[in-house]
Amino acid sequence: MQAIINRAKELLADGTVARVLGWKAGDLPYNPEPAYFETEEELKDFVYNGFCGANLSKYMIEASKLEGKTMVCLKPCDTYSFNQLLKEHRVDRDKAYIVGVGCKGKLDIERIKKQGIKGIESIEGAEISDEAETLKIQTIYGEKTLPYADAMLERCHVCKGKEHMVFDEQIGESKETKDAERFDEVAKIEAMSPEEKFAFFQSELSKCIRCNACRNACPACSCRKCVFDSNKFDSSQKANADSFEEKMFHIIRAFHVAGRCTDCGECSRVCPQGIPLHLFNRKFIKDIDELYGEYQAGEDTDSKAPLTNYTFEDAEPSIVGKRG
Amino acid sequence: MYKIAKENLSALFQLIADNQELYLPVKSAGQTNFAAWSKEAEVDLDTLKTVKSAKDAFFPQSEGLYTVKKEGKKMSIEPESLKEQDFVVFGMKACDVKGLEVLDNVFLSDPVDTFYAARRDHGTIVAMACHEPEETCFCKVFGIDAANPASDVAVWTVGEDLYWKALTEKGEALTETVKELFADDEAGEAAVDAEKEAIHNIVEKLPYMNLSLEGWNGNALSEKFDSPIWEELYKPCLACGTCTFVCPTCQCYDIKDYTAGNSVSRYRCWDSCMYSDFTMMAHGNNRTSQMQRFRQRFMHKLVYYPANNDGMYSCVGCGRCVEKCPQALNIVKVVKAFQNQGGEK
Amino acid sequence: MPLENKEFKPKIVAFCCNWCSYAGADLAGSSRLTYPADVKIIRVPCSCRVNPMFILRAFEKGADGVIMCGCHPGDCHYSTGNYYARRRMTLLFSMLDYIGVENGRTRVEWVSAAEGVKFSDTMNSFVEKIYSLGENVRLGDLRCKQ
Repeated sequence: MQAIINRAKELLADGTVARVLGWKAGDLPYNPEPAYFETEEELKDFVYNGFCGANLSKYMIEASKLEGKTMVCLKPCDTYSFNQLLKEHRVDRDKAYIVGVGCKGKLDIERIKKQGIKGIESIEGAEISDEAETLKIQTIYGEKTLPYADAMLERCHVCKGKEHMVFDEQIGESKETKDAERFDEVAKIEAMSPEEKFAFFQSELSKCIRCNACRNACPACSCRKCVFDSNKFDSSQKANADSFEEKMFHIIRAFHVAGRCTDCGECSRVCPQGIPLHLFNRKFIKDIDELYGEYQAGEDTDSKAPLTNYTFEDAEPSIVGKRG
Repeated sequence: MYKIAKENLSALFQLIADNQELYLPVKSAGQTNFAAWSKEAEVDLDTLKTVKSAKDAFFPQSEGLYTVKKEGKKMSIEPESLKEQDFVVFGMKACDVKGLEVLDNVFLSDPVDTFYAARRDHGTIVAMACHEPEETCFCKVFGIDAANPASDVAVWTVGEDLYWKALTEKGEALTETVKELFADDEAGEAAVDAEKEAIHNIVEKLPYMNLSLEGWNGNALSEKFDSPIWEELYKPCLACGTCTFVCPTCQCYDIKDYTAGNSVSRYRCWDSCMYSDFTMMAHGNNRTSQMQRFRQRFMHKLVYYPANNDGMYSCVGCGRCVEKCPQALNIVKVVKAFQNQGGEK
Repeated sequence: MPLENKEFKPKIVAFCCNWCSYAGADLAGSSRLTYPADVKIIRVPCSCRVNPMFILRAFEKGADGVIMCGCHPGDCHYSTGNYYARRRMTLLFSMLDYIGVENGRTRVEWVSAAEGVKFSDTMNSFVEKIYSLGENVRLGDLRCKQ
């Protein structure tokens, strides 16, 4: 973390960048927020630890409109999103100085609390420099320990790899966190009967409160005005008026980012109701991989996206019933 | 003071539900929210904070107002009926109860919101003292006592027992209908007093409980409104509506129409000042930037509302926004930011 | 099944491209071929005009089945429109299957302007399929059913 701060100070001092986009320490042990730093003085609050899960590449859309370069700290998975935004001309490469920061898996405070840990006073082991495999959590109800892996975000268990896809320089070490297959959950649902599938999604999506956090956090959802925000359109946009609307919203949203979604996992991370929204995106990714060849959005900036491409031999839609 | 063992609670819920609707925290797909009780429902009284507050029971996220139907050449308007059955909300917390007071000031003052008023009339609140408050709580800042909810019936959990005390007439009436399940326990006072003290001791230790709201009042309008701090604070905000939708006191709503073939239903749904179409009018929107929208939320809670309601804030310190904001922004951080920069104004 | 289910009148939406399938429907008409009146045709300039939202909206408002027809791959009036449409619909149908909507409520069929017979056969078989599946209860908006 200190290395990032030192480098940020240098870059600010020599005028390479006008501001630094990173995370600012919060007032609880686990709530750092994304923030801009413009002076050396402000950088005293800079933090980079296990709770810095937010994907900062979306902020670069706004930062690209500002005067001067922005130094942005991107984790390996965030760089896919940045690449994808670059491909869609939503960010300006010349306005970004990308520091690829190391990652050893990001923590999920919801998951920690779900394991009965409350009244948190301090958390040891979340620092990026810590080699510890366990978190030591001091609470007013006593000390608790938790294996690091049991506190990680879902996306880190199926990590795409710790390599930065785009960067100007890299700071910090990473550690492999992958311990599950990315499409296992999807395959499990595919194997269910239609009734079970329907019941599963009904129970998950009925929790949706239409807060739009998934959409607003999503780096692929970069439309200036979302179709669901249109007032010329009688969708219930922000009301949980009917369970169909929730389904439509999530299917259409996933469809709109199909082939562009890098599977960064922000949608599931930010959902206040803990809906596993990545299951929609991953289903599209799995289908695309199987039907049109493996494709990882954000891996490069020049390949054609699967949905803006075709071959003469593409499968017919009737394959859906035949695949079983 | 009455007492009932935790293991007999399902009998209690059954008995209440025999006579009226019962809403309580139910765990479904991993999250606890207020929902109607049923035999199969997984009641969860251990989770301190439901994701959404109990506001839904009195002011649902979406509710129909009326439907216009067309049959042949005839048009008819069918207004939605008001709540007519009694219902019980079990397991609210002191902060949620206070949140209703905030809503009352808005919906029960002239012109009275009849939908809300009917629900308030028919609802009986059984609130639980917070057995284990958490670090995100700051109810004490607003003069709320987590150990003594100001509801119709207050409930305390002590070990394997639940202590029950009616505080209002409505509460007495509910108690009468379920009394058969209770044991009278005069010694219970002592146990409950010990629980209250334990809660107070924990509350003292929580980091947010001594937050100072000095300077935030109805007269601070221009000073706060014009502060340059907002420009810094709003930047990480994603403009989602999570904070407003989980909040027990946010009361803004929008009215929308839904066309269903040969009928149109008009309904209202919660709105969020974070959204770009909030208070959108024919001429456009009066808050054009996210900074203005972000500022609106906190100004409303800590300045505008107190200005119109004898200094009462429209925040109750439940800490849901603290827990749920995707980017870890919240009202506490806003208040603290103003404190830290107070000297540099 | 259709006999037991006499009360059920399915609503079926067919999106037909202007250049091939709509003309195919025309030909079916002028050749006096029949297909059930339950099918309501919506003409679109090209099959790739069909946004996934159209399909979901149709279900929302009470459709029991949605079929999309376009020019045969390779014959698109705009050269490549139906190739894109093919990918989109494949993915969308797969998603609908994934969330538990009965397979068979959606279909894509390529019908040229000369294939009046194919058009009427397709519609007949699709309507029959929808009769056998019954009413669409999983994808409709409840407010439209009152």
